[in-house]
Amino acid sequence: MAAVRTSSEIGFNRVAIVAVLLVTIIFLAPIYWIASTAFKPRNLATTIPPTVVFQPEISPFVKLFTKRSQLRSPPTPEEYAAAPWWERVVFDGGEKIVRDGKGQVQWSGYPSRFLNSLIIAITSTVLAVGMGTFTAYGFSRFKVKGEADLLFFILSTRMLPPVVVAIPMFLMYRAVGLNDTHVGLIILYTAFNLSFSVWLMKGFMDEIPKEYEEAALVDGYTRMEAFFKIVLPEAATGIAATAVFCFITAWNEYAFALIMTNRRAQTAPPFIPSQVGSGLPDWTVIAAGTFLFLLPVAIFTFLLRNHLLRGMSFGAIRK
Amino acid sequence: MPPPFLFLQTGAGVLATTMITTLERSSRAAARGLSDMSIRNLFIIPTVLFLIVFNIFPLIYSLGYSFTDFRASTNAPANFVGLQNYRDLLNDPYVWSNFAITAKYVIISVAGQLLVGFGVAMLLNRDIPLKGLITTLLLLPMMLSMAVVGLFWKLLYDPSWGVINYALGLGNFEWLADPKMALYAVALTDIWMWSPFVMLLSLAGLSAVPKHLYEAAAIDRAGPFYTFFRITLPLVAPILMIAVIFRTMEAFKTFDLAYILTSQPTAELISIRLYKMAFQEWQTGRSCAMAYIVLIMVLAITNIYVKYLNKVKER
Repeated sequence: MAAVRTSSEIGFNRVAIVAVLLVTIIFLAPIYWIASTAFKPRNLATTIPPTVVFQPEISPFVKLFTKRSQLRSPPTPEEYAAAPWWERVVFDGGEKIVRDGKGQVQWSGYPSRFLNSLIIAITSTVLAVGMGTFTAYGFSRFKVKGEADLLFFILSTRMLPPVVVAIPMFLMYRAVGLNDTHVGLIILYTAFNLSFSVWLMKGFMDEIPKEYEEAALVDGYTRMEAFFKIVLPEAATGIAATAVFCFITAWNEYAFALIMTNRRAQTAPPFIPSQVGSGLPDWTVIAAGTFLFLLPVAIFTFLLRNHLLRGMSFGAIRK
Repeated sequence: MPPPFLFLQTGAGVLATTMITTLERSSRAAARGLSDMSIRNLFIIPTVLFLIVFNIFPLIYSLGYSFTDFRASTNAPANFVGLQNYRDLLNDPYVWSNFAITAKYVIISVAGQLLVGFGVAMLLNRDIPLKGLITTLLLLPMMLSMAVVGLFWKLLYDPSWGVINYALGLGNFEWLADPKMALYAVALTDIWMWSPFVMLLSLAGLSAVPKHLYEAAAIDRAGPFYTFFRITLPLVAPILMIAVIFRTMEAFKTFDLAYILTSQPTAELISIRLYKMAFQEWQTGRSCAMAYIVLIMVLAITNIYVKYLNKVKER
């Protein structure tokens, strides 16, 4: 290639590099903005011109986790001195943390939503990937009549708009008392992710040479033993990648959670926007909640980077 | 384009045949442990059953309701009304306008993603320092929750103190509260979020173009336009097509992003209309009929998508 490179091409290369940098900055700016707002003092969150340089604060995160009320009068110096650091930052913002009769700090709605998200996303991921791995192996290694139709059927369940499925599910869940329960959402997310997990895992299974198990079978392993001792370890990377994709999907899901839950089993995605609802929202607290919620996904994206293409195309395109 | 009960038939048919084949004494491994046949059935049937129970059965349930005037908010029994719901919906100009809005939204956002995504991929397809890191960073938006992305774009779009108006010097420009602008604002956010997806697929396509073709073109003194239209584009086209179909399908279903960003009727996508009909107006029977109309459209697009995927895979 180098031999046919002209000076104008090298010049174009430089322009392209600058353009790439610009595009990267533009694409990351919204994410940077939400992250930086999460560390701003409240009065700097919505200034004109926007505040770029500021002393970062942890107070939005303290406020995120606690229930607060307006201070009617400033705390006495003794009160202020006796308060732990996290209570002082709330005092500084003109608010106080609500405590119950025994002096226990009252939590906000956020931690329970975050926990719900964790429980529901992890459980449904384990179920979907578990079942998906077995099914993918079945499709990969054995002849199945009408395999193409069956795989299409499996995929099509994923393609339905959530609201379409949610209407009958809502009625059925109401009839059996599964509305606003963890189990209800776990079942829905498992069903939703199962098709994805089957498709993706089938790709990974197809890549493991059949000869491995055949050798094991000749050595006297049963098919089950060969599956657990030979195939599963070989498929570990694929299983991990599939699991991360399923987790992210369940973690991010909004429509089902909005319709099926309202309090007890509510996850973070419908809860975070609902905070904006009334009055003048404290955007630093909302940004803090968003930041914490997006953090796991950002970390997983880095871990997954070599499998993103495959996962996002349902295993259709491999590198 | 088979309606869902055909899937059920296929599903039941396959179940029946697998059960029959289980009875055949066939496998040589049967002597030790489970036979291959029973392992296959054990591995596949639970998943298929699970999907039938939690995906297909609800749809049959709602098909029944789509012929009634049922309202889930009251205890009144459902009355059979035949095709009335379907007739009303298809004669409702409001519903047609929702479809038109959705079509407009799909075209704008998919075209935008295609242009930006493929453009960035062309830029990235060369030796660039930190290329891996940059690519991963660019992919971040599409991994995030649409609902939360919608929320923080609301902050960016704010007319009085939003960063976007400040950065572009637009003063107090209304993005989300202006009926004319709202849909474009939602599409713009969607383009930001999903261009990386097109970029990712395009990069895979571009890197698969054999280098010797470019070398040959250079030796023949082909210009950059000729090289692009005669070599690059035709070879990347199949993968771009996948990206387009996939994004079309997803954009058609969009709910979270538009629902959170704006309540303008001019940006009321079909999913939002459906949600309101079902869970705010509680017209359960009618919303079931509407869901079926949407369902048939989605299955049509899915069918095209899967056919195309299989075609590309075979190459």
